[in-house]
Amino acid sequence: MWTWFYRLASPPYVYGVAATLTPWLLAGAVVALGYGEGVGLFFAPADYQQGDAFRIIYVHVPAGWISMFCYSTMAIAGAIALIWRIKIGHAVAAAAAPIGASFTLLALVTGSLWGRPMWGTYWVWDPRLTSELILLFLYIGVMSLRSAFEDPARGDRAAALLGLVGGVNIPIIHYSVVWWNSLHQGATVAKFGKPTMALSMLVPLLACFLGFMLFFGAVLCMRLRGEVLNRERQAKWVREAIKT
Amino acid sequence: MSVNVQGRVRSSAAMGLVIRREMALSFRRPDQLLQPLVFFLIVTTLFPLGLSPLMSLLRDMAPGVLWVAALLSSLLALDHLFKSDADDGTLEQMALSGQGLWLIVVGKTFAHWLVSGVALVLVSPLVGAALGMPAHAFGTMMLSLAMGTLTLSWLGAIGAGLTVGLRRGNMLLSLIVLPLAMPLLIFGANATDRAIGGESPAGALYFLAALCVITSTLAPFAATAALRITLE
Repeated sequence: MWTWFYRLASPPYVYGVAATLTPWLLAGAVVALGYGEGVGLFFAPADYQQGDAFRIIYVHVPAGWISMFCYSTMAIAGAIALIWRIKIGHAVAAAAAPIGASFTLLALVTGSLWGRPMWGTYWVWDPRLTSELILLFLYIGVMSLRSAFEDPARGDRAAALLGLVGGVNIPIIHYSVVWWNSLHQGATVAKFGKPTMALSMLVPLLACFLGFMLFFGAVLCMRLRGEVLNRERQAKWVREAIKT
Repeated sequence: MSVNVQGRVRSSAAMGLVIRREMALSFRRPDQLLQPLVFFLIVTTLFPLGLSPLMSLLRDMAPGVLWVAALLSSLLALDHLFKSDADDGTLEQMALSGQGLWLIVVGKTFAHWLVSGVALVLVSPLVGAALGMPAHAFGTMMLSLAMGTLTLSWLGAIGAGLTVGLRRGNMLLSLIVLPLAMPLLIFGANATDRAIGGESPAGALYFLAALCVITSTLAPFAATAALRITLE
C-alpha cells in the first residue's frame, strides 16, 4: 500500500518530476508576477497617505510571506526525513534553506527601504522586522550546522532537528517580540494599520503572492535537482541522466 | 542503591548518580566553575567603561546589560556540557549502559544548571549593585535569572548535543542557541526592569515560567535526539 509513497520519494523519480515541473512553474510565475507587479507598480492607485511609496508592498509582503512558508517547507521536509528516513526530505530541506534565507533578506531590505520614506530612517525595531531578522539568524544557523559536519548524512539530520526546534520556537519568538515592542516603543512608529484594502490594490497583491509562490516552487525544483544529482553522484542513473 | 531483578540500576537512582557525578566533577575543577562567573563580571564591567559611568544611565541599562552578560556567560559554560565526556568515550559508555539516553541528558543538564546557573544567580546582586540597581529589585532579578538560566540550559543542551562532535562547535553553538533564547532576554530583562521601576513584574515572570516549563518538558527529547544523531 505504501509503495507509491516510496516510489514518490525515490531520487530518480523526484529528479524527473522536478525537471517536468520547473518550466510550468516558471511560466506561471512569469505570468502572475508580470500581471501582479505590472499592475501593482504602474496602475494601482497611489495610497492616500503614503503616495507611491506604498508600492513596495508588492515585493515586501510576498517576500516576507514566502520566507515563513519556506521555513515550514524546510522544517516539514526535515521532519519527514527524520521520522520515516526518507532521504529525499533532506535534499528538499537543503535546497529550500538558501532560498528561504534569500527571501528573508529580500523582505528585510525592502522593509528597510520602505521605512526610509515612512519612518524617516532605514531601520526601526519594528516587531515584524525584528522577528524577520531573527528568522534570518535561524536560517543561517541551520545552513551552517548542515555544512559543519564532515559526514553529510549526519549534517542533514542535525539540520533537520534544528529546523524542527526552530519551527516550534518561531511563534514564541514572534509573539514575544511583538510584546516587547509594544512595551518599549510607543508613538515613534506610525502604525500603518491594516485597513481594508481597496480591491484595485488587493488583486495585484494576491497575484504577486501567487507569482512568488510559483517562483519559489520553480527555484526549489531547480535547486532540488542539483541537490539530488550531487547526493546521488555515485548512482548509475545519474551518469545516464547527465549523458542525455 | 536500588537494583531491580535484571541487575540494572533503577532509573531514578541512575539519574541521581549522574547528577552526583557531574556535581563532583565540577567541584573538583573549580576553575571551570569560576571562569563563566568571571566572564559575567568582565562583560558587565565593559558597559560602564564603554558607555559612561553615570549611575542614572547605568540603572536604565542595568536589566539589559545583566541579562545579555548572563546569556553569554551561560552559553560559554554550556559548550563543555557533553564535550569532555564525548571526547574520552564516557558518553558512549553511558549511552550503552542500558539506561535511557534521555536520563543521562536530563541528569547532566540539570546538574550543569545546579552548578553554573545557581552560581550565576548568586553573583548577580553584586553586578546589580555595581550597575546601580535598587536592592528591592534583587529578588525579582534572581528569580528571573534562575528560570532564565534553567531554560537556557535546556536550549543549550540541544545546541551542545548537535555540535558535540564538531571541532569548532563553540561559535556554532552560540549561533544556533542565541536566536532561540531571545524570548528569554525579552521577558527576563522586562521583569527586572519593572521591578526596578517599582511595578509588578508578575506578567513577565509568568511568561518566563511558562517558557521554562515548556522547554523543560520538550527540550530533553530534542537534546536526546540531537545526541543520538551526533553519537552514532
